[in-house]
Amino acid sequence: MQLVGLGARFGDVAAVDALDLTLEPGSFTALLGPSGCGKSTTLSMVAGLLAPTSGDVLLDGDSLIGVPAERRPVSLVFQKPLLFPHLTVEQNVAYGLRVRRSQRPPRAVAAAQVAEMLDRVRLGGLGSRRVGELSGGQEQRVSLARALVLRPRVLLLDEPFSQLDADLRAEMRRLVRELHDETDLTTLFVTHDQEEAVEMADQVALMLDGRLAGRGAPEEFYTAPPSLAAARFFGATNEVRGDVVDGCFRTADGAVVVPTGHGGAHGADGAAVLVVRPEAVGLDGALPAAVTATRFAGSDVLVDTTLPDGQALRVRVPLGTRVAVGDVLRVRLDPARCSVFEAPS
Amino acid sequence: MKGRLAVAAAVAALLLPLLPLLVWSVAGSWRYPDVVPDRLTRRGLDLVLDGEVVGATITSLLIATSVALLACAVGLSAGRAIGLHRFRGRRLVQFLLLAPVIVPGLAVTLGIQVFFVRYGLSDTALGVVLVQLMPTVPYAATLLGAAYANLDVDYERQSRSLGAGPLRTFVSVTLPLLRPALVTTALLTFLISWSEYILTLLIGGGQVTTLPLLLFAAIGSSDRTAAAALGLLVVVPPVLIVLAVARRLRGREDAWVGLVRG
Repeated sequence: MQLVGLGARFGDVAAVDALDLTLEPGSFTALLGPSGCGKSTTLSMVAGLLAPTSGDVLLDGDSLIGVPAERRPVSLVFQKPLLFPHLTVEQNVAYGLRVRRSQRPPRAVAAAQVAEMLDRVRLGGLGSRRVGELSGGQEQRVSLARALVLRPRVLLLDEPFSQLDADLRAEMRRLVRELHDETDLTTLFVTHDQEEAVEMADQVALMLDGRLAGRGAPEEFYTAPPSLAAARFFGATNEVRGDVVDGCFRTADGAVVVPTGHGGAHGADGAAVLVVRPEAVGLDGALPAAVTATRFAGSDVLVDTTLPDGQALRVRVPLGTRVAVGDVLRVRLDPARCSVFEAPS
Repeated sequence: MKGRLAVAAAVAALLLPLLPLLVWSVAGSWRYPDVVPDRLTRRGLDLVLDGEVVGATITSLLIATSVALLACAVGLSAGRAIGLHRFRGRRLVQFLLLAPVIVPGLAVTLGIQVFFVRYGLSDTALGVVLVQLMPTVPYAATLLGAAYANLDVDYERQSRSLGAGPLRTFVSVTLPLLRPALVTTALLTFLISWSEYILTLLIGGGQVTTLPLLLFAAIGSSDRTAAAALGLLVVVPPVLIVLAVARRLRGREDAWVGLVRG
C-alpha cells in the first residue's frame, strides 16, 4: 500500500500535508506523533471514512480514491472498542461477515471462522456473552477479532490500547504483534507513544504538524534521528548549539569540535545544533564536563554536566561509576553517534 | 416488597379515576344521592360492540399507527440534522420544528384546510394522517434529536469500515442504538394522534370517524352511559400499550433511560 502526497485540509488548516508513505506487504508500520498531528486523520483517509483533499491511496498500484469505506479491503480498529451493544460477542465478530455484499460465507463457515478468531484473541468460550459483561481489555480484543475475521489486506489500528491500563497494554501489544507475525498482515498502527511504536513496529513513520518528519527502522530514530524535531520527540537528548564551518561543528569557544557528515545529515555552513543522546556520550575523551547533578535511573546513573562554554550536557554512566557533584568528567563525542542539524530560526 | 407496594399504589392511582367511568358505562340511571346505580343496562356494552364504534376504533388505530410511523421517519431525519450537525441557522430550524406546538393548531389548520381541499386531501384518512403530523413531528424531532446528540457516530464509522453500506449501517447499527428513544417517540406520537379531535374533525370533515369524534358527540348529547363507555374505549388501549411496552423494556436499563430522558 502506498500513500502518495496525501493531504486533508479543513478550511485553511492543513491537517495532513502531502504525506508519502509506503507500506511493504507484511510490514508493521507505526505512524507516530503527538495528538493533533494528523495521524488519525490519515488513518480515516486510508479507511475511506474521510475523502482526502489531495493525493492518493494506492493498493497494489490501484487507487482507492472513490471506493467507499465498506468496499475497501482494509479494517479499522478504533481507540474505543465500539462493540455493538445489542449484539453478543459472537454476533459482533460475525458482523462484518454478515453484512458483506460479496463472498458472504455460509452460516456454518462463518460461525467456525468466528470461533477460531475468538480463540486466537484468547476469548474462546465467551462468544455467547453479552457485550456489557466484558472487561475493557476483552472488549478491545473482540474489536480486534471483529476486524481480523474479515482477513483484510491492511489492518489499521488507531491507538487501540490507549484506554487500557499498563499491564493490559503490554499484553495487548504482544498479542497484536503475535497475530501480525502469524498472518503476515500488513499493519498500520497509529500511536502517540514512542515506546509502543519502537517496541512493536518494523518501520516507524514520525508525523509532526501534518507532515512526515522522518521514517525508518525504530532504532534509527535513536542512533540517527532524521530531524531535530524527530530527535526532540524521542526525547532525553542533548542539544549543543554552535556553528558548522568547513564541514566541522564547533561551539563558539572551540571546546567542542565534531566533524559532520557521519550521522547527521546537515553539512552546510551556518548556525547548527548538535544532538547526542546521553548514552552515546563516551567517557574516555578529553572534553571537560563539570558535574552539576546526578540522578539514579535504575540500571545506570544520569549525570548533568556543563561544558566549558556553559552549555548543559547530560551523560549516562554505568552504575558503580563514582561520580559526585564537582567532579570533572572527560567525555568524548563520537562523530558517528552525533547528529548535526541546522539551528531552528 | 416496598417496591411492589409502590407499584401497586401507582397503578391504583392511575386506574381509580376510571372506576366511576366503569360504573357509568353500565348504569341505566344513577341519581343523587344513590351510591350505586339503581338500574343496570347493557346499552353501553352494545354500543361499544356496535359496527360504527368498531369501525371508528379500527380507523383510530390505523391512523395513529401511521402517524406514529411517519412522525418517527420524519423525526429521524430531522433529529439527525439537529442532533449531529452544527450548521448555520440550526437554532432557527429547531424553533421552526417546534413552532406547530407553540402556535395554536386550530389557527394553522384553518389556513392549511384550503390547500387540503385543493389537493383533494380533505375528507380523507390520508389527509387526517398528514395533518396530524403537525402536532407530532415537533416532539418526534426533538426527542430523536436528543437521542442523536447522544449517539457516538464512531459506531457508524466502525460499521462502514467492517463492510456495511450506509443503509445497512442505519438498519443494523443506528436504529438499534436509537431503539429506546424510538420506542418512546412512537408511543408518544401514537397517543397524541389517538386523542386528537379538532384536526380530525376539520380535515376529516365528518367523513373520517375516529373514536374521539364519537366520544365528543356522545358528550355533546348528554348521553352519560354512551360517553362513559366510549371514554373507556378511548382510555384503555393506550394504557394497555404503555404497560405492554414498559413490560418488554423492563430490565433493560438503557430503555428506561430512554423513556425517562427521551
